[in-house]
Amino acid sequence: MSALETFLEGTVRTATPLAFAALGETVAERAGVINIGLEGAIIAGAFGSFVAAGSGSVWAGFLGAALAGILVAAVFAFFTIRIRADQIITGTAISLLGLGVTATLYRQLYGATGAALSIPTMGITRVPVLSSIPIIGSPLFAQPSITYVLYALIPAVWWWMYKTHMGLGLRATGEDPRAAIAAGINAGKVQLLSILFGGMLGGIAGGVLVIAQAGSFAEGMSAGRGFIAIAIVVLGRWHPLGVAAAALVFGAASALQYFFQAMGWALPYQAFLALPYVLTLLGLAGIAGKASAPASLGKWPSGS
Amino acid sequence: MTTLELNGITKRFGSLTALDDVSLAVQKGRVHALLGENGAGKTTLMRIAFGMLRPDTGSISVDGRSVTFSSPADAIQSGIGMVHQQFSLVPAMTVAENVALGGHGQYSFRQTADLLANVAKRTGLMLDPAARVADLGSADRQKLEIIRTLTHNAKVMILDEPTAVLTPKDTTELFTQLRAFADAGGAVVLITHKLHDAIEHADDVTVLRHGRVVLSSTMSDVDEITVATAMLGAPLNSSSIDEKPSTSSLAVVASLDGVEIKGGEIVGVAALDGAATPLLRALAGRITPITGSITRPSHVGFVPENRQEEALIGDFTLTENLALASAGERRGLMNWTELEKQTSAMVAEFDVRTTGPDQLPTSLSGGNQQRFVLGRELRNNPALLVLENPTQGLDLNAAAFIHTRMKQARNNGAAVVFYSSDLDELAELSDRVLVVSRSGIRTVEPDRIEIGNALLGRNE
Amino acid sequence: MTPELALLADALVRSTPLIIAGLAVALAFRGGVFNIGAEGQLLMGAVAYSTVALIWGNILGRFTIVVAMFAGAVAGALWAGIAAFLRRRFHVLEIISTIMLNFIAIHFVSFLVRGPLQEPTRIYPQTESLQPVARLPQLLPGTRLHFGFLIALLLAGALAWVFARTAIGFRIRAAGASPIAALVAGKIDVSQTSTLVFLLSGALAGIAGSIEVSGVTFALYENLSPGYGYTAIAVALIAGLNPLGVVASGIFFGVLETGAIALQREFAVPSSLASIVEAMLILAALTVAALRGRQLLGKPAAP
Repeated sequence: MSALETFLEGTVRTATPLAFAALGETVAERAGVINIGLEGAIIAGAFGSFVAAGSGSVWAGFLGAALAGILVAAVFAFFTIRIRADQIITGTAISLLGLGVTATLYRQLYGATGAALSIPTMGITRVPVLSSIPIIGSPLFAQPSITYVLYALIPAVWWWMYKTHMGLGLRATGEDPRAAIAAGINAGKVQLLSILFGGMLGGIAGGVLVIAQAGSFAEGMSAGRGFIAIAIVVLGRWHPLGVAAAALVFGAASALQYFFQAMGWALPYQAFLALPYVLTLLGLAGIAGKASAPASLGKWPSGS
Repeated sequence: MTTLELNGITKRFGSLTALDDVSLAVQKGRVHALLGENGAGKTTLMRIAFGMLRPDTGSISVDGRSVTFSSPADAIQSGIGMVHQQFSLVPAMTVAENVALGGHGQYSFRQTADLLANVAKRTGLMLDPAARVADLGSADRQKLEIIRTLTHNAKVMILDEPTAVLTPKDTTELFTQLRAFADAGGAVVLITHKLHDAIEHADDVTVLRHGRVVLSSTMSDVDEITVATAMLGAPLNSSSIDEKPSTSSLAVVASLDGVEIKGGEIVGVAALDGAATPLLRALAGRITPITGSITRPSHVGFVPENRQEEALIGDFTLTENLALASAGERRGLMNWTELEKQTSAMVAEFDVRTTGPDQLPTSLSGGNQQRFVLGRELRNNPALLVLENPTQGLDLNAAAFIHTRMKQARNNGAAVVFYSSDLDELAELSDRVLVVSRSGIRTVEPDRIEIGNALLGRNE
Repeated sequence: MTPELALLADALVRSTPLIIAGLAVALAFRGGVFNIGAEGQLLMGAVAYSTVALIWGNILGRFTIVVAMFAGAVAGALWAGIAAFLRRRFHVLEIISTIMLNFIAIHFVSFLVRGPLQEPTRIYPQTESLQPVARLPQLLPGTRLHFGFLIALLLAGALAWVFARTAIGFRIRAAGASPIAALVAGKIDVSQTSTLVFLLSGALAGIAGSIEVSGVTFALYENLSPGYGYTAIAVALIAGLNPLGVVASGIFFGVLETGAIALQREFAVPSSLASIVEAMLILAALTVAALRGRQLLGKPAAP
């Protein structure tokens, strides 16, 4: 493969977990909830997938990832909706909790040395015909199957958000919960379900990291992806298609190091590691349009 | 035939009894006015009727069938429609989207637009389905709410203070529509504190005071005085400080785009749709004006409309809230002992019912909070005092007290500028009235009809 | 020197950065700024301290500690300043920007200790050891307890005094409790106050990092901070954002983490349990605050 194809392939690969997490967070934020605990959902999903894949099936692994993500999101929902605690603090605590619990459980269950447990990993599945398209064919269509699930999910969420009454209700809840309630929408239920959905996709993102990429679990392997995903939602202007595009941009930034290596250009490797975070800062600054944010984002703990 | 009946409704919030054994029967084809001063319980009762609250005791029945509402969705299902005072439309969305909210299945703009066209044919009420609600004025937004209840085939239409933000012309149009709705077989509940709206347009009347029904009758059986007495109850605790000082020593205290404001006068400001807010805030020095010229003294007392969010900090004690007033300019150390003394003195002078300077403002009633805020802003005898809707949501005693103090400040030589969405209050209290509209600022006499006309742009 | 005393001394050593970083977080949160970047600001403070001490220690002599500490504070303030600038100019949520800056700081430290600042033999990813003039004096011989603990107490007292007695402290509290009321009723320049708070918070965190380097590690290396900046958030919240309370909760957390490490050594109980306990404590504190009808940050509970 040419350097360009390697670069593009790395772009899509890196973007996949980010896109999953960001898509889920988009739905949650459209309902007016900012879930800083997304990081916790991702690491929980990573661990959950590791445990569940031990059963021998990759899809069981992803199921475990999804469930773990939902569990974390449920805790977040309980504190923000039921107890009406501040979304930001709760989210921060959830992330800390997720990182701590997964680290502890991992050491307890698999020993302090992290003895390599072999779990089935998901290999590349080439899509016939499509993967033969020059330049983009391989990067887009020679990926693990879970990536194709993502491809289907993005337009599905988009259609659901703009072409159904439920999606309308979701967006109204994020704009003005009181108006949504007055129109007969159960704002509390909408927020709860969207938080759980966001957690589920966040968990799956963690599953991607383990099953389709690293092949094993490591403490803290989420490496801030939850927060990057939140930035991606802002950059994508809370629109499923925009978010997918923004995820690709981040994927490209990370994949850049391979491109540099292939080209023989030298830069300290830490620069590439830091690049996604720098990009997040620049991206957030560049989009000074908080005007597109759902009007009641982060303000109202929930409807009642 | 009784379309909607509320029976024996009681509702308590902690130690406060908002409604005590209240019953209301709304007949088909008739307009029923629900009267009462602010805090009487009208809105609470209607929120129960619309499923936003559950009663502690009592029952609701629609068309003779007993129903229980666990949410507005249930109420809408049973044919109850509500036209709210505020906060029930999503500004960022279009007319069509707002109408479609709460539906099921797929959303189609085309279908919704057709639905709206139907309603327009039936009633003449028309709005552009693609228009954004944020771009609509108050009258149109209200129209949208009415249209929405019609698309849900409402049998009962409840309107909460519908004329608060309307011009006289819009008001007439509204009541024409309501009458047409009633004639076609619907029932209307008109929640209002405006006596003469009820007298003129309602068929039946129920008066609430302190959460109890004090009068329930057809309008033809009672007269204005009876209803007014029922509403007001105990006589007002107002002093009769009405004499203005002699006009000999009036200095110009401030100016708004060339309009001078002198000490020793109360200037009322009338405007539509919040046009007065930026003006008043610039006058008070709380925001910087973008265009136009404003001169003002360096110390301006300001009583904002949104008391709880903008004038007071809920977690600070009363002493700390007092210190807040000049916090932006203070330097060095805080003398809390001194500030506490000043707070106690001020609280006594302004008759604020509180347990002491350490209390939190959230445990004060609305009236006491407003007394506190006013007392704080008047503390250093500012040359200019600016107020936004100072008596909104207050009981009559507190409102009278505020009015008295405003007059007192004027008599002491200060200039008092206040905005009110209540034309009656403007007419009653002001020495002159400034009407803010698209074409600028006009001065008119404090007369209700003149103000109303000026707001509409007549007689220019 | 009994083993108990040694353990207590260890706990106090551990609590020192937690207290100071906790003060940084408490100050920020109290002022309405969600500074989650204490970790990165702390690291940058450590970087600045090490750099100044190593490069100019010979010239500065006795003044090394003071100058380097000042540099650490400035570095922390500047690092926080990036997020403050992004917040003020571009309305970037500081909660995200500060976390991003944390990660960037970590990679920056890695680059420094494997590159320009690496010790001369080029074997280990760390700087040279600091010269004696750059090290904080010991408080209790035979233990690692150092002067930094006293500095922590001093800073806590100072912050408490600022909040309770000064006009600027009052303005900060008002701006944090209700920016709208502060602006409308108090005519406070909330934007300016927030920026000031952000910078001071970063400076405090920078001092925390400087003290850790000059009192405990005596060198800069990767993983210098086992998440002090994040633990500090828990410390501050549990203390109800009260400076004196931060001392108490900081010591409590110090005891907790020292104990956890000891437990791991003796009984192979994972020390990451401590972070679970910490997170649980935050959630518990949130619950308690909500039950009392207020938000943990001093804002009134939502209607």
